[in-house]
Amino acid sequence: MKIPVSFFPASDCSLLVKFGEGISLDTHKRVSLLTRLLLNEKRKVIRNLHPGYNSILISYDPLATSHSELEMVIRKMLEQDIQAEPNNRSVEVPTCYGDEYSPDLKDVSKHCKLSPEDVIRVHSSAEYTVFFLGFSPGFPYLGGMAAQLSVPRLAIPRTNVPAGSVAIGGNQTGVYPIASPGGWRIIGRTPLRLFDASGDPPTLLQIGDTVKFVPISKSEFDRLSQYR
Amino acid sequence: MTVVRVVQPGFQTTIQDLGRFGYAHLGISASGAADALSLRIGNLLVGNSEGASALEMTLVGGEFEFEERCIIALTGSDFKPMLNGHQLPMWQSCNVPAGARLRLNATNSGSRCYLCVAGGFTVHSTLGSSSTHLLTKLGGLDGGALKKGDVLQVKQILEKSFRARIIDERVVSALLQKSEIHVTEGLQSVYFSSEELDRFYVSTYVVSGDSNRMGLRLTGPKITHAGEAEIVTEGAPLGAVQIPQSGEPIVLFVEHQTTGGYPKIANVIGADMHVVGQLKPRDSIRFRKVTFAGALARLREQESLVQSIRSSPK
Repeated sequence: MKIPVSFFPASDCSLLVKFGEGISLDTHKRVSLLTRLLLNEKRKVIRNLHPGYNSILISYDPLATSHSELEMVIRKMLEQDIQAEPNNRSVEVPTCYGDEYSPDLKDVSKHCKLSPEDVIRVHSSAEYTVFFLGFSPGFPYLGGMAAQLSVPRLAIPRTNVPAGSVAIGGNQTGVYPIASPGGWRIIGRTPLRLFDASGDPPTLLQIGDTVKFVPISKSEFDRLSQYR
Repeated sequence: MTVVRVVQPGFQTTIQDLGRFGYAHLGISASGAADALSLRIGNLLVGNSEGASALEMTLVGGEFEFEERCIIALTGSDFKPMLNGHQLPMWQSCNVPAGARLRLNATNSGSRCYLCVAGGFTVHSTLGSSSTHLLTKLGGLDGGALKKGDVLQVKQILEKSFRARIIDERVVSALLQKSEIHVTEGLQSVYFSSEELDRFYVSTYVVSGDSNRMGLRLTGPKITHAGEAEIVTEGAPLGAVQIPQSGEPIVLFVEHQTTGGYPKIANVIGADMHVVGQLKPRDSIRFRKVTFAGALARLREQESLVQSIRSSPK
Protein backbone atom coordinates (compact mmCIF):
# COMPACT_ATOMS: atom_id res chain seq x y z
CA MET A 1 0.00 0.00 0.00
CA LYS A 2 1.29 3.44 -0.92
CA ILE A 3 1.49 5.78 2.09
CA PRO A 4 1.22 9.43 1.06
CA VAL A 5 4.12 11.67 2.08
CA SER A 6 3.68 15.34 2.91
CA PHE A 7 5.95 18.15 4.05
CA PHE A 8 5.33 20.88 6.62
CA PRO A 9 7.61 23.70 7.78
CA ALA A 10 7.89 23.13 11.55
CA SER A 11 10.06 26.18 12.30
CA ASP A 12 12.31 28.48 10.29
CA CYS A 13 15.03 25.84 10.64
CA SER A 14 13.14 22.53 10.59
CA LEU A 15 10.90 20.52 8.30
CA LEU A 16 8.41 17.78 9.21
CA VAL A 17 8.12 14.88 6.77
CA LYS A 18 4.88 13.04 7.43
CA PHE A 19 3.77 9.60 6.25
CA GLY A 20 -0.03 9.39 6.44
CA GLU A 21 -1.88 9.91 9.71
CA GLY A 22 -1.99 6.68 11.67
CA ILE A 23 0.39 4.37 13.52
CA SER A 24 1.25 1.10 11.77
CA LEU A 25 4.19 -1.18 11.09
CA ASP A 26 4.10 -0.20 7.40
CA THR A 27 4.34 3.49 8.26
CA HIS A 28 7.12 2.75 10.72
CA LYS A 29 9.12 0.99 8.00
CA ARG A 30 8.94 4.12 5.83
CA VAL A 31 10.05 6.32 8.75
CA SER A 32 12.86 3.93 9.62
CA LEU A 33 14.09 3.73 6.01
CA LEU A 34 14.16 7.49 5.45
CA THR A 35 15.87 8.01 8.82
CA ARG A 36 18.60 5.58 7.75
CA LEU A 37 18.99 7.19 4.33
CA LEU A 38 19.30 10.64 5.90
CA LEU A 39 21.79 9.43 8.53
CA ASN A 40 23.95 8.09 5.71
CA GLU A 41 23.69 11.39 3.87
CA LYS A 42 26.26 13.05 6.11
CA ARG A 43 25.14 16.39 4.74
CA LYS A 44 26.45 19.08 7.04
CA VAL A 45 23.30 21.14 6.50
CA ILE A 46 21.23 18.61 8.46
CA ARG A 47 21.70 19.12 12.19
CA ASN A 48 19.35 16.57 13.73
CA LEU A 49 16.74 13.95 12.87
CA HIS A 50 13.75 13.29 15.13
CA PRO A 51 11.81 10.23 13.92
CA GLY A 52 8.33 9.70 15.41
CA TYR A 53 5.48 7.20 14.82
CA ASN A 54 4.58 8.52 11.37
CA SER A 55 6.95 11.42 10.77
CA ILE A 56 10.54 12.66 10.83
CA LEU A 57 11.42 16.15 11.97
CA ILE A 58 14.58 17.36 10.24
CA SER A 59 16.38 20.31 11.77
CA TYR A 60 18.84 22.02 9.47
CA ASP A 61 21.02 25.08 8.95
CA PRO A 62 18.66 27.65 7.37
CA LEU A 63 21.59 29.69 6.05
CA ALA A 64 22.72 26.68 3.99
CA THR A 65 19.45 25.20 2.71
CA SER A 66 15.69 25.78 2.73
CA HIS A 67 12.38 23.98 3.30
CA SER A 68 11.81 23.63 -0.45
CA GLU A 69 15.34 22.49 -1.31
CA LEU A 70 15.25 19.86 1.45
CA GLU A 71 11.81 18.68 0.30
CA MET A 72 13.19 18.16 -3.20
CA VAL A 73 16.17 16.18 -1.91
CA ILE A 74 13.90 13.93 0.17
CA ARG A 75 11.36 13.37 -2.61
CA LYS A 76 14.24 12.18 -4.82
CA MET A 77 15.46 9.88 -2.05
CA LEU A 78 12.02 8.34 -1.66
CA GLU A 79 11.66 7.84 -5.41
CA GLN A 80 14.68 5.55 -5.41
CA ASP A 81 12.35 2.90 -3.93
CA ILE A 82 15.13 1.19 -2.03
CA GLN A 83 14.17 -2.33 -1.03
CA ALA A 84 17.35 -3.16 0.89
CA GLU A 85 16.48 -4.93 4.11
CA PRO A 86 17.40 -2.85 7.12
CA ASN A 87 20.12 -4.18 9.34
CA ASN A 88 17.86 -4.54 12.36
CA ARG A 89 18.66 -6.82 15.24
CA SER A 90 16.51 -8.67 17.72
CA VAL A 91 17.47 -7.83 21.25
CA GLU A 92 16.58 -9.85 24.35
CA VAL A 93 16.01 -7.70 27.40
CA PRO A 94 16.37 -9.78 30.59
CA THR A 95 13.78 -8.47 33.00
CA CYS A 96 13.22 -9.18 36.69
CA TYR A 97 9.46 -8.98 37.30
CA GLY A 98 10.06 -9.15 41.07
CA ASP A 99 8.49 -7.41 44.05
CA GLU A 100 10.98 -4.63 44.70
CA TYR A 101 11.40 -3.95 40.97
CA SER A 102 7.67 -4.00 40.18
CA PRO A 103 5.93 -1.48 42.42
CA ASP A 104 2.93 -1.30 40.08
CA LEU A 105 2.55 -4.98 39.08
CA LYS A 106 -0.36 -5.52 41.52
CA ASP A 107 -2.22 -2.46 40.25
CA VAL A 108 -1.69 -3.48 36.63
CA SER A 109 -2.88 -7.00 37.43
CA LYS A 110 -6.01 -5.68 39.16
CA HIS A 111 -6.75 -3.21 36.34
CA CYS A 112 -6.29 -5.80 33.58
CA LYS A 113 -8.15 -8.51 35.52
CA LEU A 114 -5.20 -10.85 35.04
CA SER A 115 -3.07 -12.59 37.67
CA PRO A 116 0.42 -11.06 38.12
CA GLU A 117 1.82 -14.25 36.56
CA ASP A 118 -0.41 -13.74 33.50
CA VAL A 119 0.65 -10.08 33.18
CA ILE A 120 4.27 -11.26 33.13
CA ARG A 121 3.48 -14.08 30.70
CA VAL A 122 1.63 -11.81 28.26
CA HIS A 123 4.21 -9.01 28.51
CA SER A 124 7.17 -11.32 27.97
CA SER A 125 5.66 -13.42 25.18
CA ALA A 126 5.20 -10.63 22.62
CA GLU A 127 7.79 -9.37 20.15
CA TYR A 128 8.03 -5.58 20.15
CA THR A 129 9.31 -3.20 17.50
CA VAL A 130 11.34 -0.09 18.37
CA PHE A 131 9.24 2.50 16.50
CA PHE A 132 11.68 5.25 17.46
CA LEU A 133 13.83 6.58 20.30
CA GLY A 134 12.65 9.82 21.82
CA PHE A 135 11.78 11.78 24.95
CA SER A 136 15.12 11.09 26.69
CA PRO A 137 18.39 9.37 25.62
CA GLY A 138 17.75 5.82 24.43
CA PHE A 139 14.07 5.68 25.46
CA PRO A 140 12.39 3.19 23.07
CA TYR A 141 8.81 3.74 21.92
CA LEU A 142 7.77 0.13 21.47
CA GLY A 143 4.93 -1.13 19.30
CA GLY A 144 3.25 -4.50 19.67
CA MET A 145 1.91 -4.66 23.24
CA ALA A 146 -1.19 -6.80 23.76
CA ALA A 147 -4.24 -4.55 24.14
CA GLN A 148 -5.25 -6.43 27.34
CA LEU A 149 -2.20 -4.92 29.14
CA SER A 150 -3.28 -1.35 28.46
CA VAL A 151 -3.44 0.69 31.70
CA PRO A 152 -3.83 4.41 32.35
CA ARG A 153 -0.71 6.36 33.35
CA LEU A 154 -0.23 7.29 37.02
CA ALA A 155 -2.33 10.29 38.04
CA ILE A 156 0.76 11.82 39.66
CA PRO A 157 4.01 10.93 37.86
CA ARG A 158 6.93 9.68 39.97
CA THR A 159 9.68 12.26 40.36
CA ASN A 160 12.35 9.59 40.02
CA VAL A 161 11.96 6.36 38.08
CA PRO A 162 15.09 4.16 38.43
CA ALA A 163 17.16 3.41 35.30
CA GLY A 164 16.19 0.09 33.69
CA SER A 165 12.55 0.22 34.82
CA VAL A 166 10.21 -1.65 32.45
CA ALA A 167 6.85 0.07 32.40
CA ILE A 168 3.42 0.35 30.77
CA GLY A 169 1.73 3.67 29.94
CA GLY A 170 -1.59 3.64 28.08
CA ASN A 171 -1.25 1.10 25.30
CA GLN A 172 2.53 1.42 25.14
CA THR A 173 5.37 -0.28 26.93
CA GLY A 174 8.96 0.88 27.30
CA VAL A 175 12.13 0.94 29.37
CA TYR A 176 13.55 3.98 31.18
CA PRO A 177 17.23 4.14 30.13
CA ILE A 178 18.24 6.76 32.72
CA ALA A 179 16.75 7.71 36.06
CA SER A 180 14.15 10.34 35.26
CA PRO A 181 10.66 11.50 36.20
CA GLY A 182 7.92 9.35 34.68
CA GLY A 183 4.24 8.50 34.81
CA TRP A 184 4.21 4.96 33.42
CA ARG A 185 3.44 1.96 35.65
CA ILE A 186 6.55 -0.03 36.55
CA ILE A 187 6.25 -3.82 36.24
CA GLY A 188 9.92 -4.88 36.21
CA ARG A 189 13.54 -3.90 35.82
CA THR A 190 16.36 -4.88 33.47
CA PRO A 191 20.02 -4.94 34.49
CA LEU A 192 20.98 -3.91 30.93
CA ARG A 193 22.28 -0.39 30.26
CA LEU A 194 20.15 1.16 27.55
CA PHE A 195 22.22 4.31 27.37
CA ASP A 196 25.99 4.71 27.70
CA ALA A 197 27.50 7.96 26.42
CA SER A 198 30.87 6.28 25.92
CA GLY A 199 29.39 3.47 23.79
CA ASP A 200 29.33 3.43 20.00
CA PRO A 201 26.45 3.63 19.38
CA PRO A 202 25.53 5.12 22.77
CA THR A 203 22.12 3.43 22.86
CA LEU A 204 21.47 -0.32 23.19
CA LEU A 205 18.42 -0.16 20.91
CA GLN A 206 18.12 1.40 17.47
CA ILE A 207 15.08 2.35 15.44
CA GLY A 208 13.58 -0.76 13.81
CA ASP A 209 15.09 -3.30 16.24
CA THR A 210 12.83 -5.97 17.71
CA VAL A 211 12.73 -6.56 21.44
CA LYS A 212 11.71 -9.49 23.64
CA PHE A 213 11.50 -9.27 27.42
CA VAL A 214 12.93 -12.42 29.03
CA PRO A 215 11.90 -13.03 32.66
CA ILE A 216 14.85 -13.57 35.03
CA SER A 217 15.12 -14.24 38.76
CA LYS A 218 16.37 -11.79 41.36
CA SER A 219 19.67 -13.70 41.68
CA GLU A 220 20.11 -13.65 37.90
CA PHE A 221 19.41 -9.90 37.97
CA ASP A 222 22.11 -9.42 40.63
CA ARG A 223 24.58 -11.54 38.67
CA LEU A 224 23.99 -9.60 35.41
CA SER A 225 24.12 -6.27 37.25
CA GLN A 226 27.80 -6.87 37.99
CA TYR A 227 28.54 -6.50 34.27
CA ARG A 228 26.87 -3.13 33.90
CA MET B 1 48.18 25.04 29.87
CA THR B 2 47.02 26.94 32.89
CA VAL B 3 44.07 26.62 35.21
CA VAL B 4 41.11 28.62 36.43
CA ARG B 5 39.86 27.66 39.89
CA VAL B 6 36.20 27.82 40.84
CA VAL B 7 36.17 29.72 44.15
CA GLN B 8 32.36 30.02 44.09
CA PRO B 9 30.29 28.39 41.34
CA GLY B 10 27.35 30.80 41.42
CA PHE B 11 23.72 29.72 41.08
CA GLN B 12 24.13 27.44 38.05
CA THR B 13 27.32 27.64 36.00
CA THR B 14 27.92 25.15 33.22
CA ILE B 15 30.40 24.51 30.43
CA GLN B 16 28.74 25.20 27.08
CA ASP B 17 29.58 25.34 23.40
CA LEU B 18 27.21 25.54 20.44
CA GLY B 19 25.67 22.13 21.14
CA ARG B 20 25.78 18.40 20.48
CA PHE B 21 24.16 17.86 17.10
CA GLY B 22 23.45 14.59 15.32
CA TYR B 23 21.99 12.50 18.17
CA ALA B 24 18.33 13.54 18.33
CA HIS B 25 17.34 10.21 16.70
CA LEU B 26 18.73 8.55 19.84
CA GLY B 27 16.71 10.86 22.09
CA ILE B 28 19.50 13.34 22.84
CA SER B 29 18.70 17.03 22.25
CA ALA B 30 21.51 19.40 21.26
CA SER B 31 21.86 21.42 24.48
CA GLY B 32 24.48 24.17 23.95
CA ALA B 33 24.58 27.80 25.11
CA ALA B 34 21.17 29.25 26.03
CA ASP B 35 22.26 32.50 24.38
CA ALA B 36 24.48 31.18 21.61
CA LEU B 37 24.91 34.66 20.14
CA SER B 38 26.62 35.98 23.28
CA LEU B 39 28.86 32.91 23.46
CA ARG B 40 29.90 33.34 19.81
CA ILE B 41 30.67 37.04 20.22
CA GLY B 42 32.59 36.45 23.47
CA ASN B 43 34.76 33.89 21.72
CA LEU B 44 35.38 36.19 18.76
CA LEU B 45 36.43 38.98 21.15
CA VAL B 46 39.20 36.82 22.63
CA GLY B 47 40.28 35.46 19.25
CA ASN B 48 38.77 31.96 19.64
CA SER B 49 36.74 30.08 17.09
CA GLU B 50 33.14 31.07 17.81
CA GLY B 51 32.09 27.68 19.16
CA ALA B 52 34.88 27.29 21.75
CA SER B 53 33.86 26.08 25.23
CA ALA B 54 32.95 28.84 27.67
CA LEU B 55 31.20 29.22 31.02
CA GLU B 56 27.48 29.97 31.10
CA MET B 57 26.38 31.58 34.35
CA THR B 58 22.73 31.81 35.37
CA LEU B 59 21.14 34.65 37.40
CA VAL B 60 23.99 34.82 39.94
CA GLY B 61 27.59 34.54 38.77
CA GLY B 62 30.54 32.84 40.43
CA GLU B 63 34.04 33.73 41.56
CA PHE B 64 37.10 32.48 39.70
CA GLU B 65 40.85 32.57 40.32
CA PHE B 66 43.27 32.71 37.39
CA GLU B 67 46.58 30.95 37.98
CA GLU B 68 48.32 32.80 35.17
CA ARG B 69 47.69 35.80 32.97
CA CYS B 70 44.70 35.31 30.64
CA ILE B 71 42.66 37.30 28.14
CA ILE B 72 38.93 37.06 28.82
CA ALA B 73 35.64 38.53 27.63
CA LEU B 74 32.28 38.71 29.40
CA THR B 75 29.15 38.84 27.24
CA GLY B 76 25.41 38.37 27.62
CA SER B 77 23.71 39.96 30.63
CA ASP B 78 25.60 42.31 32.93
CA PHE B 79 26.46 40.38 36.13
CA LYS B 80 28.46 43.39 37.45
CA PRO B 81 31.94 41.82 37.02
CA MET B 82 34.70 42.83 39.45
CA LEU B 83 38.38 41.99 38.95
CA ASN B 84 40.39 42.19 42.19
CA GLY B 85 37.74 44.58 43.47
CA HIS B 86 37.64 46.82 40.38
CA GLN B 87 34.75 47.01 37.97
CA LEU B 88 35.33 45.26 34.62
CA PRO B 89 33.51 46.17 31.39
CA MET B 90 31.22 43.77 29.48
CA TRP B 91 31.50 43.11 25.72
CA GLN B 92 35.24 43.63 25.34
CA SER B 93 38.43 41.65 25.78
CA CYS B 94 40.20 42.23 29.08
CA ASN B 95 43.61 41.42 30.45
CA VAL B 96 43.53 39.34 33.65
CA PRO B 97 46.83 39.28 35.58
CA ALA B 98 48.21 36.10 37.18
CA GLY B 99 46.59 35.31 40.50
CA ALA B 100 43.65 37.63 39.90
CA ARG B 101 40.17 36.93 41.18
CA LEU B 102 37.15 37.60 38.99
CA ARG B 103 33.86 37.94 40.79
CA LEU B 104 30.46 38.04 39.12
CA ASN B 105 27.38 39.17 41.01
CA ALA B 106 23.62 38.89 40.64
CA THR B 107 22.29 39.89 37.23
CA ASN B 108 21.54 43.46 36.34
CA SER B 109 19.43 42.52 33.32
CA GLY B 110 18.83 39.09 31.76
CA SER B 111 19.46 35.60 33.04
CA ARG B 112 22.77 34.57 31.47
CA CYS B 113 26.35 35.83 31.35
CA TYR B 114 29.21 34.15 29.46
CA LEU B 115 32.88 34.01 30.42
CA CYS B 116 35.12 33.29 27.45
CA VAL B 117 38.87 32.91 27.75
CA ALA B 118 41.49 33.12 24.99
CA GLY B 119 42.44 29.56 24.04
CA GLY B 120 39.17 28.22 25.40
CA PHE B 121 38.46 25.84 28.29
CA THR B 122 39.80 22.37 27.57
CA VAL B 123 37.00 19.96 28.38
CA HIS B 124 36.61 16.28 27.52
CA SER B 125 34.23 16.06 24.60
CA THR B 126 31.20 13.75 24.92
CA LEU B 127 29.61 12.73 21.58
CA GLY B 128 31.39 15.56 19.84
CA SER B 129 30.62 18.41 22.23
CA SER B 130 31.65 19.74 25.62
CA SER B 131 28.19 21.15 26.25
CA THR B 132 26.63 20.21 29.58
CA HIS B 133 23.20 18.57 29.26
CA LEU B 134 22.02 18.83 32.86
CA LEU B 135 18.92 16.69 32.51
CA THR B 136 20.77 13.70 31.08
CA LYS B 137 24.06 14.35 32.93
CA LEU B 138 26.08 14.53 29.70
CA GLY B 139 29.12 16.65 28.86
CA GLY B 140 30.74 19.44 30.88
CA LEU B 141 32.40 18.31 34.10
CA ASP B 142 30.71 14.96 34.97
CA GLY B 143 27.51 16.15 33.31
CA GLY B 144 26.71 18.71 35.99
CA ALA B 145 27.03 22.34 37.00
CA LEU B 146 30.39 23.58 38.33
CA LYS B 147 31.10 23.08 42.03
CA LYS B 148 33.26 24.94 44.50
CA GLY B 149 36.87 23.83 44.09
CA ASP B 150 36.54 22.59 40.48
CA VAL B 151 39.64 23.23 38.40
CA LEU B 152 39.24 24.17 34.74
CA GLN B 153 42.06 23.68 32.24
CA VAL B 154 42.71 26.55 29.85
CA LYS B 155 44.84 26.43 26.73
CA GLN B 156 46.46 29.77 27.46
CA ILE B 157 46.98 31.96 24.42
CA LEU B 158 48.49 35.40 24.86
CA GLU B 159 48.99 38.15 22.39
CA LYS B 160 52.40 39.85 22.66
CA SER B 161 50.94 43.28 23.27
CA PHE B 162 47.40 43.30 24.59
CA ARG B 163 44.92 45.65 22.99
CA ALA B 164 41.30 45.49 24.03
CA ARG B 165 38.75 44.53 21.38
CA ILE B 166 35.53 46.42 21.86
CA ILE B 167 32.19 46.05 20.09
CA ASP B 168 30.20 49.06 19.00
CA GLU B 169 27.47 49.73 21.57
CA ARG B 170 24.91 49.96 18.76
CA VAL B 171 25.75 46.47 17.55
CA VAL B 172 25.24 45.11 21.05
CA SER B 173 21.90 46.85 21.51
CA ALA B 174 20.73 45.72 18.06
CA LEU B 175 21.53 42.13 19.00
CA LEU B 176 19.92 42.29 22.42
CA GLN B 177 16.61 44.07 21.76
CA LYS B 178 13.89 41.96 23.32
CA SER B 179 10.57 43.74 23.35
CA GLU B 180 8.79 40.86 21.64
CA ILE B 181 9.55 37.28 20.74
CA HIS B 182 9.04 36.58 17.06
CA VAL B 183 7.46 33.28 16.11
CA THR B 184 6.35 31.45 13.00
CA GLU B 185 3.11 29.50 12.74
CA GLY B 186 3.21 26.19 14.66
CA LEU B 187 2.66 22.74 13.16
CA GLN B 188 -0.67 22.41 14.98
CA SER B 189 -1.97 25.98 14.85
CA VAL B 190 -5.08 24.49 13.18
CA TYR B 191 -5.85 22.85 16.54
CA PHE B 192 -6.95 26.30 17.78
CA SER B 193 -9.84 28.55 16.79
CA SER B 194 -9.06 32.01 15.42
CA GLU B 195 -10.27 33.54 18.73
CA GLU B 196 -7.79 31.40 20.68
CA LEU B 197 -4.98 32.24 18.24
CA ASP B 198 -5.79 35.95 18.66
CA ARG B 199 -5.70 35.56 22.43
CA PHE B 200 -2.27 33.94 22.18
CA TYR B 201 -0.86 36.82 20.12
CA VAL B 202 -2.35 39.74 22.06
CA SER B 203 -1.70 38.39 25.55
CA THR B 204 1.25 39.10 27.80
CA TYR B 205 2.81 36.02 29.37
CA VAL B 206 5.02 35.83 32.44
CA VAL B 207 7.98 33.46 32.71
CA SER B 208 7.36 31.04 35.57
CA GLY B 209 9.92 30.15 38.26
CA ASP B 210 10.03 26.48 37.28
CA SER B 211 11.57 27.28 33.89
CA ASN B 212 14.96 25.83 33.03
CA ARG B 213 17.21 24.86 30.13
CA MET B 214 14.68 22.17 29.16
CA GLY B 215 11.76 24.52 28.77
CA LEU B 216 10.17 27.80 29.80
CA ARG B 217 6.78 27.57 31.45
CA LEU B 218 4.61 30.63 30.95
CA THR B 219 1.69 31.87 32.98
CA GLY B 220 -1.06 34.04 31.57
CA PRO B 221 -4.30 33.70 29.58
CA LYS B 222 -5.05 30.03 28.94
CA ILE B 223 -5.41 28.82 25.35
CA THR B 224 -8.16 26.26 24.74
CA HIS B 225 -7.83 23.51 22.15
CA ALA B 226 -10.64 23.34 19.61
CA GLY B 227 -10.64 19.54 19.90
CA GLU B 228 -7.93 17.08 20.86
CA ALA B 229 -5.23 18.24 23.29
CA GLU B 230 -2.90 15.45 22.21
CA ILE B 231 -1.24 14.50 18.95
CA VAL B 232 0.50 11.34 17.74
CA THR B 233 4.00 11.74 19.24
CA GLU B 234 6.29 13.49 16.76
CA GLY B 235 9.62 15.32 16.70
CA ALA B 236 9.68 18.58 18.64
CA PRO B 237 11.79 21.48 17.34
CA LEU B 238 13.82 23.87 19.48
CA GLY B 239 11.65 26.87 20.35
CA ALA B 240 8.34 25.05 19.85
CA VAL B 241 5.52 26.67 21.82
CA GLN B 242 3.42 23.78 23.12
CA ILE B 243 -0.06 24.10 24.56
CA PRO B 244 -0.63 21.27 27.07
CA GLN B 245 -3.98 20.37 28.62
CA SER B 246 -3.64 23.19 31.18
CA GLY B 247 -3.67 25.77 28.35
CA GLU B 248 -0.56 27.64 29.51
CA PRO B 249 2.25 27.70 26.93
CA ILE B 250 5.58 25.91 27.33
CA VAL B 251 8.53 26.98 25.14
CA LEU B 252 10.87 24.04 24.42
CA PHE B 253 14.44 25.10 25.05
CA VAL B 254 17.98 23.80 24.46
CA GLU B 255 17.69 20.64 26.60
CA HIS B 256 14.20 19.86 25.28
CA GLN B 257 12.74 16.38 24.92
CA THR B 258 13.32 15.26 21.33
CA THR B 259 9.70 14.19 20.75
CA GLY B 260 6.43 15.30 22.24
CA GLY B 261 2.68 14.82 22.16
CA TYR B 262 1.27 18.31 22.81
CA PRO B 263 -0.02 20.53 19.99
CA LYS B 264 2.43 23.28 18.98
CA ILE B 265 0.78 26.65 18.40
CA ALA B 266 3.90 28.54 17.27
CA ASN B 267 7.68 28.32 17.06
CA VAL B 268 10.26 30.90 18.15
CA ILE B 269 12.40 31.98 15.18
CA GLY B 270 16.11 31.11 15.10
CA ALA B 271 17.13 34.77 15.28
CA ASP B 272 15.27 35.20 18.61
CA MET B 273 16.42 32.06 20.45
CA HIS B 274 19.12 34.10 22.24
CA VAL B 275 16.36 36.38 23.57
CA VAL B 276 14.63 33.33 25.09
CA GLY B 277 17.98 32.36 26.63
CA GLN B 278 18.08 35.68 28.48
CA LEU B 279 14.54 35.47 29.93
CA LYS B 280 14.31 35.06 33.67
CA PRO B 281 11.45 34.26 36.02
CA ARG B 282 8.81 37.04 36.21
CA ASP B 283 9.85 38.58 32.86
CA SER B 284 6.87 39.51 30.66
CA ILE B 285 6.79 38.59 27.00
CA ARG B 286 4.52 38.81 24.00
CA PHE B 287 4.60 36.75 20.84
CA ARG B 288 4.53 38.33 17.41
CA LYS B 289 3.97 36.28 14.29
CA VAL B 290 6.25 36.66 11.27
CA THR B 291 6.43 34.74 7.99
CA PHE B 292 9.10 32.12 7.34
CA ALA B 293 10.71 34.55 4.87
CA GLY B 294 10.64 37.29 7.51
CA ALA B 295 12.26 34.94 10.05
CA LEU B 296 15.04 34.12 7.61
CA ALA B 297 15.64 37.80 6.80
CA ARG B 298 16.12 38.51 10.51
CA LEU B 299 18.56 35.62 10.84
CA ARG B 300 20.59 36.85 7.83
CA GLU B 301 20.72 40.37 9.26
CA GLN B 302 21.92 39.00 12.60
CA GLU B 303 24.58 36.88 10.94
CA SER B 304 25.95 39.85 9.04
CA LEU B 305 26.37 41.71 12.36
CA VAL B 306 28.30 38.73 13.78
CA GLN B 307 30.38 38.59 10.59
CA SER B 308 31.23 42.28 10.99
CA ILE B 309 32.64 41.52 14.46
CA ARG B 310 34.61 38.58 13.11
CA SER B 311 36.16 40.58 10.29
CA SER B 312 36.86 43.76 12.28
CA PRO B 313 40.62 44.34 12.81
CA LYS B 314 42.17 42.96 15.96
